Amino acid sequence: MADSRRIHESFTIMQSPEELYRFWRDLSNLPRFMRNVRSVEESSGSRSHWVVGGPDDKTYEWDAEIVRDDPGEAIAWRTVGDAHVQHSGSVLFRPATGGRGTVVEVEIAYDPPGGGAGAALARLFGTRPLEDVREDLRRFKQLVETGEIPTVRGQSAARDTHDDDEDENLPQAAPAGTQAASADEMAEEREESEVTR
Amino acid sequence: MRALCWMGKTDVRIETVPDPRILNPRDAILRVTSTAICGSDLHLYGGFIPTMKKGDILGHEFMGEVVEVGPGQNELQVGDRVLIPFPISCGNCYFCRRGLTSLCDNSNPKARIAEKLMQYSPAGLYGYTHMLGGYAGGQAEYVRVPYADANAVVVPDGLDDEQVLFLTDIFPTGWFAADNCEIEDGDTIAVFGCGPVGQFAIRSALLMGAERVIAIDSVPERLAMAAESGAETVDESEGEILERLKHLTGGLGPDSCIDAVGMEAHGHGATDWYDNIKQAVRMETDKPIVLRTAIEACRKGGVVSFAGVYGGVVDKVPMGSAFNKGLTLRMGQTHVHRYIPRLMELIQNGEIDPSFVITHRMPLEQAPAGYELFREKRDGCIKVVLKPQEKERRADEDPDEVGDEDEKTA
Repeated sequence: MADSRRIHESFTIMQSPEELYRFWRDLSNLPRFMRNVRSVEESSGSRSHWVVGGPDDKTYEWDAEIVRDDPGEAIAWRTVGDAHVQHSGSVLFRPATGGRGTVVEVEIAYDPPGGGAGAALARLFGTRPLEDVREDLRRFKQLVETGEIPTVRGQSAARDTHDDDEDENLPQAAPAGTQAASADEMAEEREESEVTR
Repeated sequence: MRALCWMGKTDVRIETVPDPRILNPRDAILRVTSTAICGSDLHLYGGFIPTMKKGDILGHEFMGEVVEVGPGQNELQVGDRVLIPFPISCGNCYFCRRGLTSLCDNSNPKARIAEKLMQYSPAGLYGYTHMLGGYAGGQAEYVRVPYADANAVVVPDGLDDEQVLFLTDIFPTGWFAADNCEIEDGDTIAVFGCGPVGQFAIRSALLMGAERVIAIDSVPERLAMAAESGAETVDESEGEILERLKHLTGGLGPDSCIDAVGMEAHGHGATDWYDNIKQAVRMETDKPIVLRTAIEACRKGGVVSFAGVYGGVVDKVPMGSAFNKGLTLRMGQTHVHRYIPRLMELIQNGEIDPSFVITHRMPLEQAPAGYELFREKRDGCIKVVLKPQEKERRADEDPDEVGDEDEKTA
């Protein structure tokens, strides 16, 4: 993928590399903080099946395999089979300095839009793939540090807050989707609402 | 429930809105017994800080009784009487663990908006813009408190609401402003602005061992309250502040200066004209008049401590003066959680009764009139406390009576 796009994002999280690795390596945890991911099922060995909600209520599915698995340090994966959503990625966990926990670095590589193979994935990522990955990683941090993901959706106001777009006031805002209440409610909410982007 | 809602610039109203509910496992819901209007609410009222939405409930100084707790809540129980610090702390992140709770890394669900404007997001706040979380505030009958286990402080028996309500913000904020001055015995501290935060900065500086506090304002009743607290007063409206402060300090300048005004300072002359124009066309969001004067007034090697809120960009900061005098500039939203135990002790020991700043008490229904009164500083208004559980009168009955009758509604 010489012409591929790369997304690179990092967060420092107050947990040990081992704890963070364990949480991430249980792939069924990923939908708890990855906003568009509906489910990840581990099949045989290093293979997994992904179901991801995309724009216009479309669902994308693919199989991925783990190509690197170093406990407490790193997980890397790439898609197999259907080329429409072809991409590869890695997450690294390394100790931060001065008792700050762990630096978590995510890198994802995919083909640019119009390039055929990666077009579907590019649509899936929307117009701001970097921010999407960043916000997923932020939710990961919030979830593992505090046990929940902060939200104000559904709170009291003199307007219907269920329709609130979390990023309405963002300069150069692109359409954003829903934000789930808590880790456990996220799954439910996803089932109730097809709106993801 | 009834709540004070921001409906637009200088337009706040009491509206009927849905009751708050538990949205996250660590949440709690409070029945609000007392809540106050803060000077920083006036920045929102005046439309000076972006990312408000029509219908937002205001209020970040509140206390009450726990009526419901989320399933992940182990610390609090229904019936607990608690006060809530205005910055929302998760209690778990790097910053919260170091006591820097107003810089909490996790509590802002809209952190990415804050990051666009400030690079890194501070803590979420109640009723204080969507870039700082968009959380519903506490000027309401009920309020939702996120991470309640890390935020709610149970009020010790024997203390009434008015003695402890200001631990939510203005007392710690005044204390933080003074603490940032690293006061040593014999110091002279200048406090710019004698609103509620300025009043607590004055008392705090004296409690910390300052020899003299010089209080600067132009409102007579605020200067009178400052004088009662033990400050020497300078009437700002008489002008020549720098010269007078220099004279009052034997040519040395105050050891530290506290800006207890912030972004909406009132000025005079050419620079004020300049700031008004720039603010009107949004080239400058904040009017840094006190900021400039505090830097210019401070003695060599001193500290300028900013307690007043700034929200955006400012112009013509006398950086050469600050640099060449070797000043230390300190600022920020207060890490309220960190100061509450010490300040609660001062209240219990009778060393301070924070209720001295209260000039007006009214039911929640009259809050819109309270905002107007506070902003215009009419009727000697310094601090308004609202009582959401008092419903005997509604704002639509006779709003004009507020000024006359407020004293008897406590």
